[in-house]
Amino acid sequence: MAQFTETPILEAPTAEGSADQTMVLNMGPQHPSTHGVLRLVLEIDGEIVVRLYPEIGYLHTGIEKTCEAKFYQQVVPLTDRIDYLSPMHNNLCYCLAVEKLLELPIPDKAQWVRVLLSELTRLNSHLVWLGTHAMDIGALTVFLYTFREREDILRIFELVAGQRMMTSYFRIGGLAMEPPLDFFERVQSFIKTFPEKIDEYSNLLTGNPIFVNRLQNVGHLSAADAIALGVTGPPLRASGVDFDLRRDMPYSSYEKFQFKVPTSDRCDVWGRYLVRLEEMRESVKIIQQALDGMPMGPVKANAPKIVLPDREKMKTQMESLIHHFKIVTEGFAVPAGEVYQGIESSRGQMGYYVVSDGTAKPYRVHMRNPSFASLQALETMCKGRMLADVVAVIGSIDVVLGEIDR
Amino acid sequence: MSVTLADKESVLREKADHPAVAAIENWKSDSLVDARWDRDELTLTIAREEIVGAGFAVQGAGYNFLEDVTAVDWLPASPRFQISYHIVSHTLKERIRLRVMLDEASPSVDSIIPVWPSANYYEREVFDLFGVRFDGHPNLRRIMMPEEWSGHPLRKDYPVEGYR
Repeated sequence: MAQFTETPILEAPTAEGSADQTMVLNMGPQHPSTHGVLRLVLEIDGEIVVRLYPEIGYLHTGIEKTCEAKFYQQVVPLTDRIDYLSPMHNNLCYCLAVEKLLELPIPDKAQWVRVLLSELTRLNSHLVWLGTHAMDIGALTVFLYTFREREDILRIFELVAGQRMMTSYFRIGGLAMEPPLDFFERVQSFIKTFPEKIDEYSNLLTGNPIFVNRLQNVGHLSAADAIALGVTGPPLRASGVDFDLRRDMPYSSYEKFQFKVPTSDRCDVWGRYLVRLEEMRESVKIIQQALDGMPMGPVKANAPKIVLPDREKMKTQMESLIHHFKIVTEGFAVPAGEVYQGIESSRGQMGYYVVSDGTAKPYRVHMRNPSFASLQALETMCKGRMLADVVAVIGSIDVVLGEIDR
Repeated sequence: MSVTLADKESVLREKADHPAVAAIENWKSDSLVDARWDRDELTLTIAREEIVGAGFAVQGAGYNFLEDVTAVDWLPASPRFQISYHIVSHTLKERIRLRVMLDEASPSVDSIIPVWPSANYYEREVFDLFGVRFDGHPNLRRIMMPEEWSGHPLRKDYPVEGYR
């Protein structure tokens, strides 16, 4: 391992000197390392970042407004589009929120398949993060390795949901359909070899002196700052705060799984890298437990007025046909009230706030997306450091712009 | 079915030892306008002028992490706007919701940035999409919509397709 000498934190220039020394630099919105259309306005003094502010909103599509004009079940495909790397987390969070409003019990098998697929989604998202983060730093090879495994995960998604990315597989009341017969074997064969693949990435990066030097002691964020600025997920845990909604406020039967919550006291980009790598290993353990203990039974709640009937029943039974017709044409009324459901997504705490006025359309849907809040910490992490570190820091908070702008 | 406590009296009676309820009661009991316990979620409605103080009170009780700030437009009801603050506690492993109701004419409330700096972007978002002003916010500009946009899209009197 190479020796690293810490760059001293450079002071911002004095007020009287700054007027003619600094320049304003526009980074993005089409910069390759900004992962989408993030625009950063940087004030730099030579190579040192003096001020930084993100300009967002380029991808604003008004999903929250659109939700208000749709039936509850029609919102599920919209939630996929918020975050293209973890669609299942968005599906899950929305479905849990509506199920909480309905006070609808979900069968065990549906809950376990949801956990299994959530963790596969986390692997999928972390693989893209690892590939692109390493690529931003200059290690191009890793990208090819991680996308090889990601392709396997996307094939599993295609098998189970019929879609590779916009899955919409979790529905209000359970799953869209029973998982196909060879689904569990496919997942089993994937996770059997996956821990070796994580070792492979680790071999490529953890001992790589260029990678280490670019990451260590960069983007310092103390635990107090992380909490004050709303940072969640791996960056929060890499600042030494041991909090994970899966363990601390369990949902969808996560309380039945044994797993560790990796943390690090490094508070820097390197710590976030280590935490995410460790999280991938823990996800594999959760998936293995889900496969081993998968309960039998239905995958949809017994609520004919809310859950669409089976195709076969719909064609042969009058009652099912009526329910099908009513759900598709009129939706289903949800009791008035407001709920907030939080889950731990790949990027941190995701939350859906759903307000119902007792009709078939949500009165208000609000998404709390982790990237949006984490972006506020960018200036704290980059100020007084080199311009090139900004790229590493953006990679370390793993922003997805669709999620920020919605 | 979970228990529902629909009004302030029943919440104060049944949940008197809840840390957030106790914190608000001990700090300034008349700042609590209404309370509700529904689907295992606690909602405390705070008087408009007292939100920053109430924020410090629940922060002192262990609710250290502001998760979300958002608004609901209850047109044509009055008061029209509801601002919801979701606060989670890392130690108690619990979430509460503080709520402020605002009138339609020039809706404004004090910014809670002094308590939780992370409210910055959320308050800008609410300002942008609902037109609610946050007094004392250091940078109250539009965040999602273009600077020159007129209107606030998430208001209920704003059509889904926009104005043509």
